[in-house]
Amino acid sequence: MNAIALPILIPLIMMVILMIVRNNKAAQWISSAGTIALFVLSVYLLLEVNQKEVMVLYLGGWEAPFGITLVIDRLSAVMLSTTALIGFAIAVYATKFFTPAHRESRFYFFFFALLMGVNGAFITGDVFNLYVWFEVMLMSSFVLITLGSKRAQLEGAIKYLALNLIGSMFFLAGLGLLYGKTGTLNMAHLAQILIDDRNAILMNTSAVLFFIAFGIKAAVFPLFFWLPASYHTPNITVSSLFAGLLTKVGVYALIRFFTLFFVQEPAFWHNLLLVIAGFTMVIGGMSASIYYDSRRILSYHIISQIGYMVMGLGIFTPLAIAGAIFFTIHNMLAKTNVFLVAGIIRKLRGSFDLKKVGGLFNSNPAVAVVFIIPGLALAGVPPVSGFFAKFILIKAGFDAGQYLISGVAILTGMLTLYSMIKIWNEAFLKAQPKEYEKEVKTRVTFAEIFPSALLAMASLLLGIFASPVFNYIMKAAEQLSDPVNYITSVLNL
Amino acid sequence: MNSVILKIASRYVRLILFSAAIFALLRGHNLPGGGFIGGLLAGLAVVYKGFAYTFREARQSMRLKPEFLIASGLSIVLLSMIPGILNGKNLMHGIWYKIPLGEAMEIKIGTPFIFDIGVFLTVIGVTVIFLLVLNRE
Repeated sequence: MNAIALPILIPLIMMVILMIVRNNKAAQWISSAGTIALFVLSVYLLLEVNQKEVMVLYLGGWEAPFGITLVIDRLSAVMLSTTALIGFAIAVYATKFFTPAHRESRFYFFFFALLMGVNGAFITGDVFNLYVWFEVMLMSSFVLITLGSKRAQLEGAIKYLALNLIGSMFFLAGLGLLYGKTGTLNMAHLAQILIDDRNAILMNTSAVLFFIAFGIKAAVFPLFFWLPASYHTPNITVSSLFAGLLTKVGVYALIRFFTLFFVQEPAFWHNLLLVIAGFTMVIGGMSASIYYDSRRILSYHIISQIGYMVMGLGIFTPLAIAGAIFFTIHNMLAKTNVFLVAGIIRKLRGSFDLKKVGGLFNSNPAVAVVFIIPGLALAGVPPVSGFFAKFILIKAGFDAGQYLISGVAILTGMLTLYSMIKIWNEAFLKAQPKEYEKEVKTRVTFAEIFPSALLAMASLLLGIFASPVFNYIMKAAEQLSDPVNYITSVLNL
Repeated sequence: MNSVILKIASRYVRLILFSAAIFALLRGHNLPGGGFIGGLLAGLAVVYKGFAYTFREARQSMRLKPEFLIASGLSIVLLSMIPGILNGKNLMHGIWYKIPLGEAMEIKIGTPFIFDIGVFLTVIGVTVIFLLVLNRE
């Protein structure tokens, strides 16, 4: 099953090709083709894993737990497909939204390096290998954030790098403790050892270190400060890419670790996760409401929405985990899309500041449509994807008797709706302010709006076909709640 | 920094660093060492020259440009995976070729070593590029 490694190898091959190809136009076409190949492959893996449940590849023929193992289960397959779709949208978007000076600095090369890191993190079955992919992601995203070398960008990039490096140190420390106690870093082997370990309380030290590391990556409540400090500085293409992928890798790692082997003390961990989820939702949502820069509003919104995913993990019933996964997919699509639309607004009206823009509903109804779909999805209005995601989570919360967090989730929906309505009112409904009228352009080319339209379509389809998608995700969640199949497949028991 | 001592020393220190890099690369497979560490040492040789002169000069004095090193390194990494796949093994499975040298000696060359060379070249390229970028700011 060498195909399992292809989500890593395709970006690597693309990087080699892009090192050789010097022509901008050619690089754009090749990159778009590469992301399409990645998408086709992920869908193939998604269908394949539906048959086989867990697919395993022992790199170099060294069997688990000795070598590095690549594992694809349903959760990984779903994440890979969503990532590839977003990758394609961004690859097309970048052709129009990167100024020529930026393109020369090799956006696409580091774009594929980032995709390689993200895909690697999704399919690895080894804790140290996960650390390596995190570093690949961190380095390539650092270069992406600094492309263009403006002063504000460098300031944002330094904050981003410093706080994420602290996260990496926590990761490494937790990893060392884990290895010291168990003598293995293979996730399935760890799960096998820890599941019936009487001394599991000793694991809490490294669990906390991992929680802080992933919490920084995922931008949960007390650890999110790097995100609003850096996401509004780079080119909007890079912001959209980060918004869609980076924090979700942290969430993925949290879900993986806290369902597979850090399951010894549910009373402590799940309550902690729920408390953090609640604070993350509310504080992210409230901070978003005070800003008028569309990128800042959306950045704080990323944080607010991470709360929902952590909430699903905290409730910890199969239905809640399914809700968390559904929400993650929906959020990746919709969140990337609203960032893309913010870029289009900037292109048409010359600003990210909502006070300086307006009148888009009359001049560009198409842009209004591609904004309102992900906007409503984020706010949780049926029939778009977000409604079902929130519905599953809140239902799971009530079923499990977690009324407080469910109530917080419902109220946070209001905050989200408020922010989306604010952007809608300011950018689309109100008239363009007189003093900024000379910035106005009205023409949108097909290639500019195509990525947003594609992702809006995906959000819509995710809502309309919520039932088959939910069935698939429910199976993924059951797989996570009962990891016996995962363990036996990887360890070949 | 403009120091004559550093400039003259850099000539010899670079030689030592580069030899150490090659040594670490060759020692790699079963003992501590390997492509990554070797690459860092070799990158350090360039950095040393960068401190003694300027980073621009250090880069210009490299016969192989860092971009070329990264591209060829990554290509070699990819190529090293092909023999294993052709033999129907798992990805990155080590395939070893033995070259006999006289009676009791032989040289073993395997795909893990080729992989290490690829990593070696890539790491040199990345180290130099990163330092150049950070130095420009």
